[in-house]
Amino acid sequence: MSAYMTGIIIILCLNIIIAYSVFLPAAAGQLNLGAAGFMIIGAYTDAYLSSADEGLGLPIALTIPVAALFTGLVGFLMSFPILRTRGVYMILATFAFAEIVAGIVLNMEIVGGASGFPVTTHTELEVLLPVTVVVVLFGFYLISTRFGLSMRSIHDDENVSLLFGVNTHLVKVGAFTIGAFLGGLAGALYGHQFDYIEVQNWGILFSIYVLLYVLIGGTQTPWGPLVGAMFFTFIPEILRAIGDATGIELFTELRFAAFGVIIVGMMVLRPEGIMTRTFLELLFRKSIPKSNIKLS
Amino acid sequence: MLILQQLVNGLMLGSVYVMVAVAFTLTIGMLNFLNFTIPALFMVAAMITWAATAAGFHWLVAAAFGMIVAILASLVIERFTYRYMKAKYGDATEHALPLVSSLGFLIIFEHVVIMIWGTDPMTFNSPFAHAKFEISGIIFGIPQLISLALSIILVFGLSLLLKKTQLGRALRSIAEKPDTATLMGVDVGKIVPVVFVMTGFLCALAGILFTVNYQHVSPYIGDHVATNAIAGMVIGGLGNIWGAIAGGLLIGMVEVLSIHFWGADIIKVPVWSLMLIILVFRPAGLFGHTQIGKGKF
Repeated sequence: MSAYMTGIIIILCLNIIIAYSVFLPAAAGQLNLGAAGFMIIGAYTDAYLSSADEGLGLPIALTIPVAALFTGLVGFLMSFPILRTRGVYMILATFAFAEIVAGIVLNMEIVGGASGFPVTTHTELEVLLPVTVVVVLFGFYLISTRFGLSMRSIHDDENVSLLFGVNTHLVKVGAFTIGAFLGGLAGALYGHQFDYIEVQNWGILFSIYVLLYVLIGGTQTPWGPLVGAMFFTFIPEILRAIGDATGIELFTELRFAAFGVIIVGMMVLRPEGIMTRTFLELLFRKSIPKSNIKLS
Repeated sequence: MLILQQLVNGLMLGSVYVMVAVAFTLTIGMLNFLNFTIPALFMVAAMITWAATAAGFHWLVAAAFGMIVAILASLVIERFTYRYMKAKYGDATEHALPLVSSLGFLIIFEHVVIMIWGTDPMTFNSPFAHAKFEISGIIFGIPQLISLALSIILVFGLSLLLKKTQLGRALRSIAEKPDTATLMGVDVGKIVPVVFVMTGFLCALAGILFTVNYQHVSPYIGDHVATNAIAGMVIGGLGNIWGAIAGGLLIGMVEVLSIHFWGADIIKVPVWSLMLIILVFRPAGLFGHTQIGKGKF
């Protein structure tokens, strides 16, 4: 496999994990624009624990789970204030959370502050790829459980779920916490792939892109983040390849702008994302119940 | 004395934030839509003003170009974002659709600008670089003073427009409930673009004033300004115009003073912690009792 392909697969795997991190709360109707915050916490916790020079030098089999669990704990604690808000307010609150985390880490001299922090243990795909597969399977499993059903019902209508006896607050806290755990996991794995972490990588633009993976992919089914992350990883590369192949410079330069056009177009044509329940039924040839109720 | 000078500088910077914050607060208050194209509109107006001036136009003509392009762009954005907001499915993430489209537009604008002019910061030769006067040791830049006055006059005019005119009543009725407004004979499809024209106008004006005052432009200037304007808006309360003025000026002063005393990095933590606390415990903002829906503006 060429280094180029390996590079793309690494980015794809990380994008998929972080996409599931934002998908789980989104599947329960909570939009999270703070993916960067969880990524930073996970990356720095793991880097500090595992780094041989400036950190504690622990083995990564220990540090990656600990970093993810710690991020999950932070997410659990933050979920109580953040879940008091909803809609636009929740988007702004999670965004504020990410900014606070970035600000704190920037001023922590023990992890290098603004100059970044080196990660000494390098791993190849042998760690990242299996973890990604497990995360995807876990996402599918979770949505198929009763908990996942509750998440979907809250996504569709919170009040009705409450009336049917779903403990909506518990489900939302749970989804947010598991999401934070996965965000921390993505951060921890990131460090071991790129050997160097710095807060500047995870700004507002990063959080925006992750939210886009999920919303373009679709929040109805666990296929959404998978397809969304692939879409966002491959489309710029495909556009670049077309630009290289045809030799039209404009194509290569325009690829991100074209990307924006695709996003706007997607929202016009498929506002529920690429992967919707009806689309899956069509794909797997399940019978669609005939009724007068308009399926969306 | 140095502190006083910094306070004055903060007020001047804050006046730019005020206009952007009012643009944010208008779309959130009226349409419950967090418009992420605002940094792009700000940046496009600034870049076009710079480019047209560099091409030899008088700076006023260049500013007019910037403003027209920003307003037209804002109308295009309306066509593809808010129009598709109509509740079709009624589930919880649906309100994010225009948000996602606006993020798409943000990406489009930034990269088109980068493609044409590159990512390097450019210097804008302001015609008023030396227009300043001094009162007992404190230096006032004349363009900054004008922009402060302009932003306050504009927002005052805007709130008068919302209170007194037919158009303002229609806008407020849409903010309350679009369906009822339609029943009362308000043509929602015609009135909503007005909000976007206002957004484009405010952002473009802020962008042009920023360029003239600080004499540099880059494709990324919008991001920093918009983040601070969002902070100002949250302090003032979402959908509260006067709150946005106070919040914008406050953020401008906090930024300048904190850079003066501690450097730029450390201030993020207290400012955004304050944001989070306000959002969670006092979503109406520090000043008002206004809330989304009833009694806005």
